[in-house]
Amino acid sequence: MDQLISVLDSTIRVATPLVLASLAGLFSERSGVVDISLEGKMLAAAFASAAAAYMTQNPWIGLCAGMMAAVMLAMLHAFVSVTYNGNQLISGMAVNTIASGITPVLGLAWFQQGGNSPQLPDAGRFHEITLPFAEQLADVPVIGALYSRLLSGHSILVYLTILIIPVVTWFIYKSRFGLRLRAVGENPHAADTAGISVARIRYIALFWNGMLCGMAGTFLSVYQTGAFIKEMTAGKGFLALAALIFGKWRPVQAVIGCLLFAFADAIQIRLEGVAVPGIGIIPSQFIAVIPYVLTVLLLAGFVGRAIAPKSIGIPFVKSR
Amino acid sequence: MKFGQPSTLPRWAQLTVLPALNLMAALLVTALVTWLIGENPLECLEILVKGAVGYGEGIGYTLFYTTSFVFTGLAVATAFHAGMFNIGAEGQAYLGGLGVTLVVLAFDTVLPAPLMVTLAILASMLFGAAWAFIPGWLQARRGSHIVVTTMMFNFIASSLMLYLIGHLLIEPGSQNPTTREFGASSWVSSMQAIAASVGLDIPATPLNASFILAIVASVLFYIVVWHTRWGFQLRTVGVNDKAARYAGINVTLVILLAMCVSGALSGLAAVNELLGSTHRMNVAFTNGIGFVGVAVALMGRNHPVGIFLSALLFGALTQGGLDLSFEKPVITREMIIFIQGLIILFCGALENLFEPFIAPLFKRRK
Repeated sequence: MDQLISVLDSTIRVATPLVLASLAGLFSERSGVVDISLEGKMLAAAFASAAAAYMTQNPWIGLCAGMMAAVMLAMLHAFVSVTYNGNQLISGMAVNTIASGITPVLGLAWFQQGGNSPQLPDAGRFHEITLPFAEQLADVPVIGALYSRLLSGHSILVYLTILIIPVVTWFIYKSRFGLRLRAVGENPHAADTAGISVARIRYIALFWNGMLCGMAGTFLSVYQTGAFIKEMTAGKGFLALAALIFGKWRPVQAVIGCLLFAFADAIQIRLEGVAVPGIGIIPSQFIAVIPYVLTVLLLAGFVGRAIAPKSIGIPFVKSR
Repeated sequence: MKFGQPSTLPRWAQLTVLPALNLMAALLVTALVTWLIGENPLECLEILVKGAVGYGEGIGYTLFYTTSFVFTGLAVATAFHAGMFNIGAEGQAYLGGLGVTLVVLAFDTVLPAPLMVTLAILASMLFGAAWAFIPGWLQARRGSHIVVTTMMFNFIASSLMLYLIGHLLIEPGSQNPTTREFGASSWVSSMQAIAASVGLDIPATPLNASFILAIVASVLFYIVVWHTRWGFQLRTVGVNDKAARYAGINVTLVILLAMCVSGALSGLAAVNELLGSTHRMNVAFTNGIGFVGVAVALMGRNHPVGIFLSALLFGALTQGGLDLSFEKPVITREMIIFIQGLIILFCGALENLFEPFIAPLFKRRK
């Protein structure tokens, strides 16, 4: 039981940035703009937020700076993809490469610590918060363990993320904007005929994409490690993209995908060097590779079928 | 002003003026960042150029890096010609390295040098091609998107190699995740030795005969893509796969072959790195060469001459950048990654950005 709670606890921790990035990707891809640059935006946000939080000693200013950095890169991607009708994949790759180059360069110039940021002081970090009544309920069987040990004691960003999931789901499926977003992603010409500005919808989608990526990056540096470390996203952006595909471009399913991948990650750390009865020691790399293999199998239609939004990746040129 | 329309400039201008302007834009942004972090961009440029081409060893290292970039650049370009964006060159080069390592560890004590090297080159191509074949097959037959699959295959390759090197191929008793040193029969002869045999004296650098192989590959690339039946099919599929199918071209086969050629070319980069320089397998030998290949192909506009020149530029940036980081500790290897990103942005995603600005110049002349 103790073991399980602790695995689930770290699942939540690992899943939070994945969920945020995955929902960010959802906005962009549902509007018809491919986004392989989640990774780069998270990394830039992680750096900007750590730098701002270090200088101002305020994690909230850090969060704003992180969101701003990610939104700037998202707008660059939007300019290339929407205004310029350029290749969205190449643009995404450019954003990733720029982010992994510029962050250590600025980091080294500002902090002289090999491209990393200094450890953030306590005042500059997000902290675990204890939910009300968590201490009183701690001794109650089952509920106590679930509430006090699993739900309580996370950063405010985790609780925000839990709130964001239903909001985004509602936004995409029930709001007027969401309907337009999906219409633009499926058939921009029809949406255009109905009087919707495709470019405007896609810019707005990428704005929210940047905001969410910014939050994901901030979570990594200002909360999880308490400092910016070179290449600290380490493929999480791609993992989030994999989860989005795994969830067939639907918010709730994508979140489940993120939880699944995070669970695999949490187990992997605990299985390191431990012999599993009947199997023996499972090398950590085997578990690390599961999300990627699953995504490939899913895309190939061996496990269900992932069908992308119809107009994804195709620049919209107004017909006349 | 209209962006993103097909270019109306004369072909020679598309191939020279636009890439030059794009490159200028990328370097200008770099200069701006250099200035922002408190260094003099012109002084840095001078150190960089001196480090890359100013002395014998520098040139040797520049050409050594160029060799790998030519291979991965050609690899990405092959896939581009078939209309596919292969960002898996990194993983394919990694697997090519596995092929090299396996045959060398098995046979380097029994086979004579020429046979051993040939076998290792073939193995690198075979393994690289095999790793690219799977995403190609998935794209052609199951419709899964090549970009996502090759990206996933990079991660899978990295985990696979970490496991293989860390558990099976590691030198017994070693703490570092590397294999034992390869036997001398498997080494690709260095340029220094080749120059010495014709009476030339050049300094000792990792530059090796793979450089000649890279030039041969570039020439072959040109002949195959523009002067053979298959090359025509390749480009037709790339421009319009529906029309290609209607014209009786076996699109599936073309895509599969294109990916295999692409993977084989990526694999050759491993020969340059492993048999030409390190002489043993280690976990980090690819070090981003596959991603540089993307920038090289985009900047070179998928033409071997362009690819060679942009590979040379990246080779010079890598070598000059190393020298620069010794003199200016604040400018590190990551600066080169930043430039690489800008080049992908300006030469790839925004390739015709300056077209509307210079188009009037060409119109007036008519």
